[in-house]
Amino acid sequence: MKRKINIFKSTDWLIVSLYVVLVILGWINIYAAVYNEQYSSIFDFSQRYGKQLVWIGAAFLIALTIFLFDSNFFSFFTWPIYGVMLFFLISVLIFGKETNGQRAWFELGSFRLQPSEFMKFATNLALAKFLSSYNFKIKNFRSLLYIGLIIFIPCGLILLQNDTGSSLVYLAFVFLLYREGLTPYVLFFALMTIILFLIAMLVDKFLIIQVLLVLAPIVFFLLNPKIKIVGIGIGIFALAASIFYGINAAIAYKYSTYYVFFAALFLSAIAILIIANKKRIAFASMIMIFLVSSVTFTFAVNYIFTDVLEKHQQDRINELLGITSDPLGTGYNVNQSKIAIGSGGFAGKGFLQGTQTKFNFVPEQSTDFIFCTVGEERGFIGTVVVLSLFTIMLLRLIFLAERQRSVFSRIYGYGVASILFFHIVVNIGMTIGLAPVIGIPLPFFSYGGSSLWSFTILLFIFIRLDSNRFESLA
Amino acid sequence: MINPYSNRKYIIGGIFIAFALIFIIRLFYLQIIDTSYKFSADNNSQRRITKYPARGVIYDRNGKILVFNEAAFDLMVIPQQTKQFDTIDLCSILEIEKDEFTKKFKDAKLYSTYRPSVIISQISSKTYAILQEKLFKFPGFFVQGRTLRKYPQPIASHILGYVGEVDPKKIKENAYYKQGDYIGISGIERTYENFLRGQKGVSIFMVDVHNKIMGSFAEGKFDTAAVIGTDIKTTIDADLQLYGEKLMSHKKGSIVAIDPSTGEILMVVSSPSYDPGLLVGRIRSKNYVNLLKDTLKPLFNRAIMASYPPGSTFKLVMALIGQQEGVLNANTRYPCSKGYAPLGGHPKCHPHGSPLDLSNAIGHSCNSYFSYVFKSVIENKKYHNTNKAFEAWRNIALSFCIGKKTGSDFSYELRGNIPSIKYYDKIFGKGKWKASTVISLGIGQAEMGITPLQSANVVAIIANRGWYYIPHIVKSIGNNTNDTTLARFKIKNYTMITDTNIFLNVIQGMSDAVESGTAASLKIEGINFCAKTGTAENPHGKDHSVFVAFAPTNNPRIAISVLVENAGFGAAWAGPIASLIMEKHLTGKIKRPDLEKHIMETNLIGD
Repeated sequence: MKRKINIFKSTDWLIVSLYVVLVILGWINIYAAVYNEQYSSIFDFSQRYGKQLVWIGAAFLIALTIFLFDSNFFSFFTWPIYGVMLFFLISVLIFGKETNGQRAWFELGSFRLQPSEFMKFATNLALAKFLSSYNFKIKNFRSLLYIGLIIFIPCGLILLQNDTGSSLVYLAFVFLLYREGLTPYVLFFALMTIILFLIAMLVDKFLIIQVLLVLAPIVFFLLNPKIKIVGIGIGIFALAASIFYGINAAIAYKYSTYYVFFAALFLSAIAILIIANKKRIAFASMIMIFLVSSVTFTFAVNYIFTDVLEKHQQDRINELLGITSDPLGTGYNVNQSKIAIGSGGFAGKGFLQGTQTKFNFVPEQSTDFIFCTVGEERGFIGTVVVLSLFTIMLLRLIFLAERQRSVFSRIYGYGVASILFFHIVVNIGMTIGLAPVIGIPLPFFSYGGSSLWSFTILLFIFIRLDSNRFESLA
Repeated sequence: MINPYSNRKYIIGGIFIAFALIFIIRLFYLQIIDTSYKFSADNNSQRRITKYPARGVIYDRNGKILVFNEAAFDLMVIPQQTKQFDTIDLCSILEIEKDEFTKKFKDAKLYSTYRPSVIISQISSKTYAILQEKLFKFPGFFVQGRTLRKYPQPIASHILGYVGEVDPKKIKENAYYKQGDYIGISGIERTYENFLRGQKGVSIFMVDVHNKIMGSFAEGKFDTAAVIGTDIKTTIDADLQLYGEKLMSHKKGSIVAIDPSTGEILMVVSSPSYDPGLLVGRIRSKNYVNLLKDTLKPLFNRAIMASYPPGSTFKLVMALIGQQEGVLNANTRYPCSKGYAPLGGHPKCHPHGSPLDLSNAIGHSCNSYFSYVFKSVIENKKYHNTNKAFEAWRNIALSFCIGKKTGSDFSYELRGNIPSIKYYDKIFGKGKWKASTVISLGIGQAEMGITPLQSANVVAIIANRGWYYIPHIVKSIGNNTNDTTLARFKIKNYTMITDTNIFLNVIQGMSDAVESGTAASLKIEGINFCAKTGTAENPHGKDHSVFVAFAPTNNPRIAISVLVENAGFGAAWAGPIASLIMEKHLTGKIKRPDLEKHIMETNLIGD
């Protein structure tokens, strides 16, 4: 009896309330999004809003059930849970039902389940378990390898299901790892990667290599104003470039000048690195490494974009970056979504008055594009309120995670925040044209049992762990 | 609780907040600053559907319907919504070629994949009935209601005109018209377009992304009702019109009959004619091309557009002008020796007694006589000068609307021609021509041209003894009797000749023509009428048979002008036709069935 009261008292009711509010807002917006005059009752179970109510009821039951478990259960059974979920991921590849080119669903009669949704909390548990283990050191190469395995095994399996969106979610764990001591360069590199990616997409790769080649000696000279050394560097490159140019000329210009520069850069980089090493000019090496890796990266981006990504993925990125514009074709979804949100204005059109979402102009308006309904019917006020609720929840999660005495609980808490953050940013970002169209749901809002339940499990395991924070020291 | 990385919570929290702020700024921009999305949303979800009103019905003078409307349907398509369908089946229902359908479907796709386009316009109600049952097999196709013109009898096509799709030029000029609207292209349909068309209405519907109508917008608050076109009552007598068209069958030419007391046009025949129903609906463009190619020019409204030499009819006007100018009176006699002697027997004349007085000259249509009259008018001493005299002669003729538009409510009425001094100066040189040079003007030949309508109007002027109402085909528009549109037809117009006696002398001559002259064979039992035969010399072929008349002599109720192309002597063809029409109009029946049969069955075209 005493214990029960403790749990009740130590539960963070703020986050539970945020959860309940978001789930109910989601339900009301699903109602508005697929509202059908013929079935106007929000409790009509033949409609999505009726069904969502069932999923919500079940989600509450799941949340309650989680509270019945001992808080040590999750830490203790982490690996079995991870293993079972992996097993499901593999089985869905074999037995799953293929819809829209994705093999991501189990179908039992009219009931459908998406195992990849439940993989998230399992992976989070596994990471928490591994990172909180005794003697764990994040800078250890072996540790990094295991972390990589824990993340990329499910990630890879989901990629095999052809569900790129869900697999990208696992990138979110970078926040968790950063919090646990991963070098800040990871975040820096992530940022650089994004910037370089954008540059590589928007600017011709040949121009990039030219600009970088001009910049490198200038930067070097600014750091170390010795004309002689700069001259040597330029000389080496010039020599290498003329050799490759000569070769290319000999084979009748089979390759473009870009490749001449590219090869010359590599050759001269090796030479310069050796010289810099001998003369102990450390930043010369740094500049060369940065130069080479940047050039390689832009080349890789081009290659990956044209030869690895599929057409629709290329289109979505092109559309987002404004390289191409086809509001009736590839850009249709985002354009309609922006129209819906933009037409909401300051106060919105009012409940059930949204014309864009209600009349199916916005695709997937009850799942991936549910935020449009908020934007159209509730306007700027509504979107800011929803965004704020999510942000408060994320900050509250950080706060809760930080107050854990158990490392396992803290790491898990950061995992929850990271996954939710990724979903929120990508989902809302896509509806307002700031992120490419990646089909992942808005947590607690989007229609669908699997995603609602998986987010509920993900969140409530943490709330359960938090409610026990005074007892566990593991 | 010593954690070396604890401070990183601020960075992570900061990133979360930063993203939230970026999103809020973006939302602020999208939802509040940028207004373009609001317009897009309206266009996206509202579909304005035009409600096409039925055009006004056109009646004859007795309330008989000349043209009304029947429901018609346009087959529309939204290409995006179509699924695999049986093209051959659809084409067979629509009775069109597969190639044509494929082309139109492709055009529709080119226009827009998600907006409706007309794929086949004006499906008949019969086809619609069949189509409607099978429409479920063709998702993406739907039918939009329209009305089509329908003619109870295939008559009066030139009067009524036809309706067709509005051209891009008109759309630019007049904001009322939109692509795909119909507009009157000729005849009454054109002249009275603004009354007949009514007012288009619009229904604004909320549609979903598939253009499926989800309900009316704002409960129809912004909808406007279509206003049905105004009905028009014409001056045409449908029975007479039909009769005239029958008489003119297999003949080229024209009949115009006017009620001189009102200026109302009782009938207008331009032969060959065509069934007005041919220019309705889907068959229109095909038929139009065929009619256009027809060498007999059925689309050409001879009654108002063909300029014929007036021939002997003009002698009536010469007689009037001569008297007006004081160079002629009822007793003036001129000799005739099978032609006009001063110019060596030219113009020629047929054998008759000589010399003749005015009345007999009209009755026998003496060419020589009117050559003398013309010469005396042009060489009139009071002007001292040919040019002045010629100008006076011309002005009087113009006041009879010869070489000048009558101002009727026909679209495309032409003015005919009466040559000017300038014209002859150019041909012969200034001062190098005189009456004898242009002597054939006196008998209505040479460069003179007159339309059958003008010719009928001249007869009406004579019948009225000097005045006329502008001939017109519309009696009333809707129920509004005070409409100013028709006011100009209620004003009496006078020619330059106001002395009634001058007309009486001519009328006497016309009466003589019926009693004992050239039209003696055309008497109508119980009716006195006045007439003048004519044979218009045709420089391009056989002479035209011309006949003008009015009846009865006192209080005339019909003035008529008949012209049968290449049919020779006036009394042979044009005369009997006019006589039968007057009989029909005044007595309501025909007592000369043999003549009627003979006229109707004779083919003067040759094929």
